[in-house]
Amino acid sequence: MHELSIASCIVDLAREEAESRGVHVLAIHLRLGPLAGLVREALVGSYEMAAAGTPLAQSRLVIEDAPIVVFCAPCNARRTVLSPQSLRCPECGTPAPQVLEGAELEVTALEIDP
Amino acid sequence: MTAQPRLLEIRQNVLKRNDLVARELREQFRRAGVYAVSLVSSPGSGKTMFLERTLAELRPSLRVAALVGDLATENDARRLARSGAPVRQIVTGTVCHLEADMVMKALADWDLANLDLLFIENVGNLVCPTSYDLGENARVVLMSVTEGEDKPLKYPGIFHAADLAVITKMDLADAVGFDLEAAAANIAAVNPPLAVLPLSAKTGQGMSPWLERLRTRVPEKTCPNQERA
Repeated sequence: MHELSIASCIVDLAREEAESRGVHVLAIHLRLGPLAGLVREALVGSYEMAAAGTPLAQSRLVIEDAPIVVFCAPCNARRTVLSPQSLRCPECGTPAPQVLEGAELEVTALEIDP
Repeated sequence: MTAQPRLLEIRQNVLKRNDLVARELREQFRRAGVYAVSLVSSPGSGKTMFLERTLAELRPSLRVAALVGDLATENDARRLARSGAPVRQIVTGTVCHLEADMVMKALADWDLANLDLLFIENVGNLVCPTSYDLGENARVVLMSVTEGEDKPLKYPGIFHAADLAVITKMDLADAVGFDLEAAAANIAAVNPPLAVLPLSAKTGQGMSPWLERLRTRVPEKTCPNQERA
């Protein structure tokens, strides 16, 4: 359960950004990959706890799921893999060691008061 | 009419602070000529026993040391210190993983230039350590034969983030009906190029390839002080 410490990092990051720009945050947009090692539901629950008592207390955490994208050498193409349990090309079935995306844990945007 | 909220793009890695410290650690290791290896596994998979044997085998030809993370107690550090290697415990309290700044603090008064190899034993946990870069050169994930062959499928994140998989307690494989091929196939499913080393720290069986691997990774120190001049 390290979701709470990650949630605190998200709150801190957003707070700093908001303070330096003098804006009020309504929501945080997070891009989360399946290989980041986080449980989505636990993160959402932790976010509320981490935000409580801060200027972000009423804000929402909006999570966008990032896909796992690999490079398949035989196909010479980027492919989206369906499950982290099977890192192989969905077209030709070759194991795909080269993972291009899927470990994202990134705040992409802040939704702020206009 | 209410105004629509505005979207402000920022694109920032949530763990950027940890990653910055990790980058600094990696640079320190490089300058000092130390090869840093972290170990992750579930509790009870035999990390400490494995490390104990590794330290004992590598000494005295290599200068080795270890940092050991645990929620509580300094038992592991005491056990490892029997090898004669410098060992320091990082007691994390309620934190379920090590973070780069904990490693940085623990190393503050160590002269890294006097070391060849540094082991960082993470808190027993296959989930939380996944996200935290500790500046290590290689991350080793351990699973024991008693945990079952499907561990990699249950925790793909950590197996994906590892540079080597070690299967421990192979001396018990027959007793628990462990299927090595199935385990290796599961590891290959979540991380196709990951090398797998089955071994037993208790009997010593399979330890040689692991030790050899470490010996070849240690940077040569032709002039250990040249970077500090």
